[in-house]
Formats: sequence, structure tokens, C-alpha cells
Amino acid sequence: MKIYLDHGATTPVDNEVLKAMKPYFNEKYGNASSVHSFGDEAREALDKSRKVIADTINADPSEIIFTSGGTESNNFAIKEIAFDTKKRHIITTTFEHPAVKSVCKFLEEKLCFKITHLPVGNDGVVKIDDLKKAITEDTFLVTIMHANNEIGTINPIEEIGKICREKRIIFHTDAVQSFGKLNIDVKKMNIDLMSMSAHKIYGPKGIGALYVRKGIKLNPMFQGGSQEFKKRPGTENIPGIVGFAKAAEIANNRMEKDNEKMRELRDILIDGVLDTIPSSALNGSAEKRMTNNANIRFDYVEGESMLMHLNLKGIACSTGSACSSQSLQPSHVLKAIGLSDEQSHGSLRFTLGRQTTKKDINYLLKVLPPIIENLRKMSPLYKCR
Amino acid sequence: MQYSKKVMELFTKPKNVGEIKNADGIGEVGNPSCGDMMSIYIKVGKATTGKNKGKEILKDIKFKTYGCAAAIATSSMITEMAKGKTLEDAEKLSRNDIAEELGGLPPIKMHCSNLAADGLKAAIENYRKNKAKKK
Ligand SMILES: Cc1ncc(COP(=O)(O)O)c(C=O)c1O
Ligand SMILES: [Zn+2]
Repeated sequence: MKIYLDHGATTPVDNEVLKAMKPYFNEKYGNASSVHSFGDEAREALDKSRKVIADTINADPSEIIFTSGGTESNNFAIKEIAFDTKKRHIITTTFEHPAVKSVCKFLEEKLCFKITHLPVGNDGVVKIDDLKKAITEDTFLVTIMHANNEIGTINPIEEIGKICREKRIIFHTDAVQSFGKLNIDVKKMNIDLMSMSAHKIYGPKGIGALYVRKGIKLNPMFQGGSQEFKKRPGTENIPGIVGFAKAAEIANNRMEKDNEKMRELRDILIDGVLDTIPSSALNGSAEKRMTNNANIRFDYVEGESMLMHLNLKGIACSTGSACSSQSLQPSHVLKAIGLSDEQSHGSLRFTLGRQTTKKDINYLLKVLPPIIENLRKMSPLYKCR
Repeated sequence: MQYSKKVMELFTKPKNVGEIKNADGIGEVGNPSCGDMMSIYIKVGKATTGKNKGKEILKDIKFKTYGCAAAIATSSMITEMAKGKTLEDAEKLSRNDIAEELGGLPPIKMHCSNLAADGLKAAIENYRKNKAKKK
């Protein structure tokens, strides 16, 4: 038995997506810049895909730039805006993905930008008042993620967008975890720049996009040819782009159904765990939360050991523990919502997906309690209580 | 995480877990904020036979560990390696000795394996301190 509960890390490519991509590897393999029929085929696929992505977020196709994924889109947006202004102040949050966090840190340390990190509170949601207070004359960019990748909490990006637009500040949002899962209307939400990635929505890895609102001036990240409106040169990854568009189309069509099913399963998971395992708690808001995310902490036990035991039982999930990370630091996200290092080490993230069944969740609920109990028996922290 | 077979074996079925009531020495190392923590309990006695006859040896040894698979496996391993050894020999056990016996540890996990060797040293030190006090 193998159960994948790590869809926040990545998802399997949907069969339909794979089918859509296939011809573009060895049948319709042309370069979209070529003027012959092979090139036409590729360009047609490129244009069509761009329109599909644009339509899902109420954008114009000319506002979509394909990139290699979320990391590149975040770097592209934040750096190119920063490099092109005289102002110095950026507002972000304490719980961004490293692909935003490290970019801000780079700008701060190497290029003397001033970065304000808005707190997110125990619920893992940015407070509008904090944003209002942080804005200064010198602020040129606000970058705040839509949904958090570790705890699945959702920020009020429509309100954030409104404030930024009023103050004429550029608003970028990392929507890698929400794109295809939540309704996004870039016009209604006043979003200027938005990062998306295909592999979180059953598309291929290494492809994504950046939405750039008309009127936002963005210099190219690389110098090269004239692809992607001269902003992102390099021969287009047509199979990836086709797959991304197909994945977005499918996600958009079944969004409501998927969310409904996953919310039910997620709640069975959360309630089941909290009811049967003492000294366990949900991390982050229960309401303002993605339907696929359950991030739970277990006192007195360390995450990697729980994860390894679950892995032996065929269940794949992830943890905020330092011991499973390359950095040996506990999760900065869990710290941001006020957890102690110990609580972060003891947290597990379960992220559900389309194929997750009730049977999977019931199996987890059966195997998890004894794992925790055994580890607690072995824990020197447990005896002290 | 790529752990050796031996690490997985001891992680899933650790030996010598628990506490010793009236232990002669207790070592407590690490702390929960760095992700790994160990308490180790020793019982010391004189060897009655063999080449160590008359010398102080580790008669019994038990541990409790909060931490990753590597921390649990190294804890278990050191208790097995140290049991029956003289205090002097037990003290000399290094993290490399343990890692070797475990069939290696992933490089990033080497820090977790410090815990066990440090824990045992602390317990022996604690025993000696207790003994000195009694005199
Ligand atoms: C919120 C968030 N931003 C950015 C990324 C990076 O995206 P990619 O893997 O496409 O570079 C991820 C995924 O790891 C993510 O969850
Ligand atoms: Zn460890």
C-alpha cells in the first residue's frame, strides 16, 4: 500500500495532460520562432496555451509570460521591479516560500533595499492593518503569497490588491499553491504580478508563468532572442507549456468538485487525528485554509521519526522538523505563526490530492496513533509531564 | 532519507529503551529546540570474571531519545556497544565508531550522532561526580 499525501510538494502528471503533451516531443517538434509549417504548429500551440492560462485568471494573453516555474517567476517579478526603481522599500511577510524570502534577503543584503516582514499571527493570515501601517513613501513593491505552502492558509489578496492600487504600489503575489485551486481574477483582485507553476496542479515540472499586468514595465530577466515578448528569451518549452495549459484547464473545470471532496476528506483527517491523539493541534487557521492542507503538530515527538515510520507504512507526507531539512533549521513558517522550535520539529504536513480516498485517510488514522504513542514512550520529554 | 539497513532496524526496533530506577549515572544532552535530545541511564558494577575482573564496567544501560531516526538508531547502538565495557573503554566510543557500526550515516545526519557519544560521556561523568560526593 502506497499513499501519497504530499501534493503540496508536487503532483503526478494527469493522463490527459500527458496525452496533450506527447505529440509536441516528436511529432510537432518545431521551434515556435520558425516560419515554416513546423514552426506554425508550435506557435499555434503556444498561442492557444497562453490564452487558456490567461482565461483562467481573467487576464489578456499578452500579459502571460511562460517561465520555468514558480521560483523563476518570483525572481523575475521581484528583481526586475526592484532593479528599475529609485525607491528602496519592499513589504513582504514572515512566511513566504524561499523563492520569495531569499530574493528579498538578497536585495536587502547585497543591494541595500529595506524589507518589512509583516507578521502573520497564529492563524497564519496577514492583517490588513499591519500592511497599511507598513506602507511608506518609499514603498514600491508588496509581495505577499496567496496561499501558504506549508500550512495552507489563505491571505486576503483582494484587500491587499485594493490598498496597493490606491497607494500606487506594485503588488506581486506568489500563487503557486492556489492557482488552479482557488478562483483568481487578477482584475478584480488588483494583482499586478502573479507567479504560477504547473507541477502543483497535475502538470509537468519545470514550467510555469508570470502574469504581468499591462502597464507594468518589466525588463527581461535574461538577454537573448525575442521570445515571450522579449522578456524571457529562449526557445519555448512547447510540450511543457501545452501540458501546463491542459492542467490549468482541467483544474479550472473541476475546481469546485475537487475542493468539495478534499475539504470533506481533510476534515475527516483533522478531526480524526485531533480526536484520537492527545496533545496534538492544527497549525494555522481552520477556516482560511486550502482544502487540501492539514498541518498538525504532535507534542513530545520529532517530525522526521514520525515521517520515517509513516513512510514504512507506505504513507508519504512532509515535516517542519529541522532534522529532515538540508538547512537543519526548523520551518520558518511555523516559527512565523508563533510555534516554538520544539513544536515545529513535531509538525507534519499532509496535503491531499485528487486521487486521495476516504480509505487512504482511514488507513492513516489507523496507523498514526500507535506510531506517535511508541515514539512518545521513547521520548525523554514525555516523562516530564 | 537514505538510511542503512542497520539504522532502519534499530530505528524501528530500538534496544534498551527506558529508564533505570536508581541509576548510578544519568546523562542528559541536546535539547528539543535543536531537534534531538537524549537521556541515558547507567548502572555501574565490578566485573567478576574475565580480563576486566575487578574493574568498573557498565552493567546496564538504557536510554530515552527525542529525535530523528538517526538520533534514535545511534542511541540504541551505543547502548549495545557500551554494555559490559569498562568505563574507560566506554568513554572512548566516538561518533565515528557508532556510525561505522551502523553501516554509515547520511553526511547531513552526522551531527545527530554526536548526541549518543556525548550522552554516554555525560552519564559516566555524572556517575563519577556522584561517587566523589559519597566519599
Ligand atoms: C508557494 C510556492 N512558491 C514557489 C514554489 C516554487 O515553485 P517551482 O517548484 O515551480 O519553482 C513553490 C513550490 O515548491 C511554492 O509552494
Ligand atoms: Zn537528527
